[in-house]
Amino acid sequence: MDNSNNVNNIKLPTGKKLVLSSSPHLSAGVNLRQIMGGVLLALLPAVFAAVWFFGWRALGVIVWTVFCCVAAEAVWCKFAGRPVWKNVGDLSAALTGVLLALCLPVSVPLYVPPIGAVLAIWLGKQVYGGLGNNPFNPALVARVGLLIALPAAMTLWTPSRGMLDADYPERSSFFRAADLNETENADALTCATPLSVAGTMPKITGRSEEAENNFSRFANRDLWKRWFFGDRAGCMGETSVLALLIGYVILVALNLINWRVPLFFVGTVALISSLIHYLWPGVTPEPVFHLLNGGLFLGAVFMATDMVTSPITGAGCVVFAIGCGVVTSVIRIWGNYPEGVSFAILFMNALVPLIDRWCGRRPFGYVPLRKNNGGDR
Amino acid sequence: MDNTILLYAALLMGILGIVLGVIIAVFVKLFSVKSDPRVDLALELLPGANCGGCGKAGCADFAKVLAAGEVQPANCPVSSSEQIAAISLALGIDAGEVERMQAVVCCRSDIGEVRKMNYNGVQDCVAANMVAGGPDECRYGCLGLGTCARKCPFGAIEIIGQVAVVHRELCVGCGKCAAACPRGVIKLVPADSEYHIYCNSPEKGANKRHFCKAGCIGCRKCEKLCGSKFKLSGFLSQVNYADGAVVSGEEVRSIHCPVGCLLSVEERLEAAYNKVKGNKK
Amino acid sequence: MTFSGGIHPVGDGKELSCHQAVRTAPLLEKYFVLLAENAGKPPVPVVKKGDKVKKYQLIARADGFVSANLHAPTSGEVGGIVEVPGPMGVPAAAVEIIADGEDAGEPPFEPLLNWESIDPEILKQRVIDAGLVGMGGASFPSHVKLSPPPGKEIDTLILNGAECEPYLTADHRLMFEKPEKVARGAAIFGRILGVRRPVIGVEINKGDAIEALERFEDRFGISVVPLLVRYPQGSEKQLINAVTKRAVRSGGLPMDAGCVVQNVGTAAALSDAVMKGIPLVERIVTVTGDVVFSPGNWKLKLGTPAIEAVKLAGGVTEEPGKLIFGGPMMGFAQKSFEVPVAKNTSGILLLPTGVSVNYEASGCIRCGRCVQGCPMNLMPCLLSTAIEADRFDLAYQNHVMDCMECGSCAYVCPDHRPLVQNIRRAKAELRK
Repeated sequence: MDNSNNVNNIKLPTGKKLVLSSSPHLSAGVNLRQIMGGVLLALLPAVFAAVWFFGWRALGVIVWTVFCCVAAEAVWCKFAGRPVWKNVGDLSAALTGVLLALCLPVSVPLYVPPIGAVLAIWLGKQVYGGLGNNPFNPALVARVGLLIALPAAMTLWTPSRGMLDADYPERSSFFRAADLNETENADALTCATPLSVAGTMPKITGRSEEAENNFSRFANRDLWKRWFFGDRAGCMGETSVLALLIGYVILVALNLINWRVPLFFVGTVALISSLIHYLWPGVTPEPVFHLLNGGLFLGAVFMATDMVTSPITGAGCVVFAIGCGVVTSVIRIWGNYPEGVSFAILFMNALVPLIDRWCGRRPFGYVPLRKNNGGDR
Repeated sequence: MDNTILLYAALLMGILGIVLGVIIAVFVKLFSVKSDPRVDLALELLPGANCGGCGKAGCADFAKVLAAGEVQPANCPVSSSEQIAAISLALGIDAGEVERMQAVVCCRSDIGEVRKMNYNGVQDCVAANMVAGGPDECRYGCLGLGTCARKCPFGAIEIIGQVAVVHRELCVGCGKCAAACPRGVIKLVPADSEYHIYCNSPEKGANKRHFCKAGCIGCRKCEKLCGSKFKLSGFLSQVNYADGAVVSGEEVRSIHCPVGCLLSVEERLEAAYNKVKGNKK
Repeated sequence: MTFSGGIHPVGDGKELSCHQAVRTAPLLEKYFVLLAENAGKPPVPVVKKGDKVKKYQLIARADGFVSANLHAPTSGEVGGIVEVPGPMGVPAAAVEIIADGEDAGEPPFEPLLNWESIDPEILKQRVIDAGLVGMGGASFPSHVKLSPPPGKEIDTLILNGAECEPYLTADHRLMFEKPEKVARGAAIFGRILGVRRPVIGVEINKGDAIEALERFEDRFGISVVPLLVRYPQGSEKQLINAVTKRAVRSGGLPMDAGCVVQNVGTAAALSDAVMKGIPLVERIVTVTGDVVFSPGNWKLKLGTPAIEAVKLAGGVTEEPGKLIFGGPMMGFAQKSFEVPVAKNTSGILLLPTGVSVNYEASGCIRCGRCVQGCPMNLMPCLLSTAIEADRFDLAYQNHVMDCMECGSCAYVCPDHRPLVQNIRRAKAELRK
């Protein structure tokens, strides 16, 4: 303060550096990289779970997939004349890589991730004009593309850590009889996921004792507990519901997703499956089975909430999530594929522009023209 | 293999084709839109650029009024004189005569080295002009963000070194650029006039010289020598296009504009290119 | 109490100047009193070059109803009607006053000490005479709001003490230091409008101001309403919604909801005009920003060039990247430090290059933050995408005209898209 009145001594601005721009002149200081980084942070528990239940190969596959996706992004940007570092630096390709890796089985051959990366980044995102313009979730485009192109490689399930123990409940359901006691060569062991087991079982309509008992082998609390923690065969990132729930809490806490989407998605699946199960117990297992199995939580928490491909308004998100839940349930219960989350989300992605239109918001103080009666008390 | 299956299949497809063909033919006849052959003819001969330079919504709209005899073929600013003759011949109407126009960007802010402020925002002249009256010192000059170039249906405007320049051979004088320019730098002038005054600022010469070396200083030399061919608005001299004034090369040389504002279209284009080349070196 | 939507700027920069008491600036040699204000017709000068003027003397008379009188901020000689850099970026006409150093002048109006009992029309005439305008930003002549057309019943008067703009503390200091003036001004406004209990809405981050005002609640028959901190609470429609829960219809005026909103600065000026008989010739300005040597609040005469205000604040620590008149959310970037202070200049803000936002031409990732933040329930991201494709019709269907350009959307945008500027462009194109 000493020299505040000493006019000769103070430094005055020259105005040479003045920038002209429209208001506002401040920013919250959030950038794309932080948002994508936040989602990656929320994915960390799922990555840990994948490594815990499926071994170090899981980490290797994830790193390899991320590398492929980033490389695919860089190559496209290079040839399309877009700034490479800016596009790679926003971490969106890395995020797509992690998401894609998490919906691959751990035993996937190493030539699959490059194909998936090209599908995800080029076909799923860049052909539409890059981040923000893609109508479909890139990771899911790749997953579904791979599922159709390489069905054998994409459904080659290996047992999780706990499934090798003899005390794993209902072990015989998930292994071929010949493999049941195989422990020497555990790495080469294959097994089935609960959803694929349920998918191959006959559907018994009507109410009879046979129908009641059709899925009784899955009504096992110990089994449910293991499923919840992630101890089952399946894609790397989808098994651990607990890890995904932690991710959900992180995402909501960081305000990175609309909290309604996972809630209504999972809720709709639970509602429909319980309705069908209590009507015809021989057609589908109980709702707990549906919630804990397949990619429901991975899809609901990380895929359906993708900012680019989900509706903008809260109401739109609810409609979107309910739609996802309905389609998932329909495919799971009556469809040919054992799992329907990916298809459901892609289908609803396509409807997002319509949903955005239907669920547009009314401006503050909006009065429809025909009853324009002045003040709104 | 039983050949009858093949036969049935071929037969079925054949019959199906005939039936559908008949149905389509009937529907085409039933629902055909009666169109005036003269309109179709006119539309075929029009350029199809849909530029709106004639004042109609597009070429189809123009063809309609053309066939009705409400306008004359020459009202299309895009068609060449041969094309107009062809239309008038085909429709059997008078070609008519309309003065051809061209757009001129009346600014040499590149030559004048107008100080541009640091600007951060939408790269569009209308948007930029709303931020503190535009990010350059001169309130009347070309902003050079290319709104006119994007609006031009003929690609006739090029942004050379942050200032728009019209390519005369491409310009048809539809006036879209002039309407888009937030500062009115682009003027529509008769196409046969060769020399123009490349400045748009009516400010006092002394004020202009603070930030632009190439602006008209309003010295009235041109007005003194050529009389009514020029008129002064504010402190800006302009060619008196309204009275059909056409400035000849000799007159320009005799005037010898002290700031070099009075230029032919070609000279202006060349100067802009030379300036960019000079800057690159 | 608050409204729905809006944002909460973190690190709002108010701590730079909110503890700095208002100081009176020393007399300058020259003042450039701007004739044109943001809103309304510019007043017509009634003095010419060489005239001697006294402080408070009328120098420009209101031209029509939506226009306000202008008075000399100090005594001296008129240097002429000159062009100076204006706050909108283009040169503006101003009356140059060369101060004689005496700063002498009699109050031109008779004090109305008995305002509680005299005809409201006389008080309203005083508002017109004193050249009062909205001192919050738009500088809309105050008496226009005090003249509701027949049929519009006004039952609520709200004084806007929200000061939701980051960095600005002028209103805060005024309410804290001169609560009596603010409260009396509110009561006078209430008397003019026939509103029984005027309300002063103040955000709770100005606790000391609320406390100070509450001491005058009973004496002047006003009530102070604490509001949660949320931008843009100082917007008329949002303030009305926060205080009364009413919604002003889209495209309507506060009058449509039976409300009139006035700025606290205007109220204090009204108090002076009524009690002392002096017109509006000076105002409190926050001179602040991260590069200002010692930010603070000064009482500046109208026509003080920005550079003089920066001198008062001890200059700068580094070359500023942006000069803003008003707050950082809705204020206007300036080209020159010669722009003089006007009746609506609540702040002179100097931001360094790193702090002010750098807009980029990147694509929208549809994160929806702008939709959450929009206090008018619009969808800025969709509007902006449509406008970038020149689809002004689509923007119109999506109610682009309801946007009040508060800047909440662009503030939260992680892609730093120039949303507000796009919307401004669309509004300009649509008004054509």
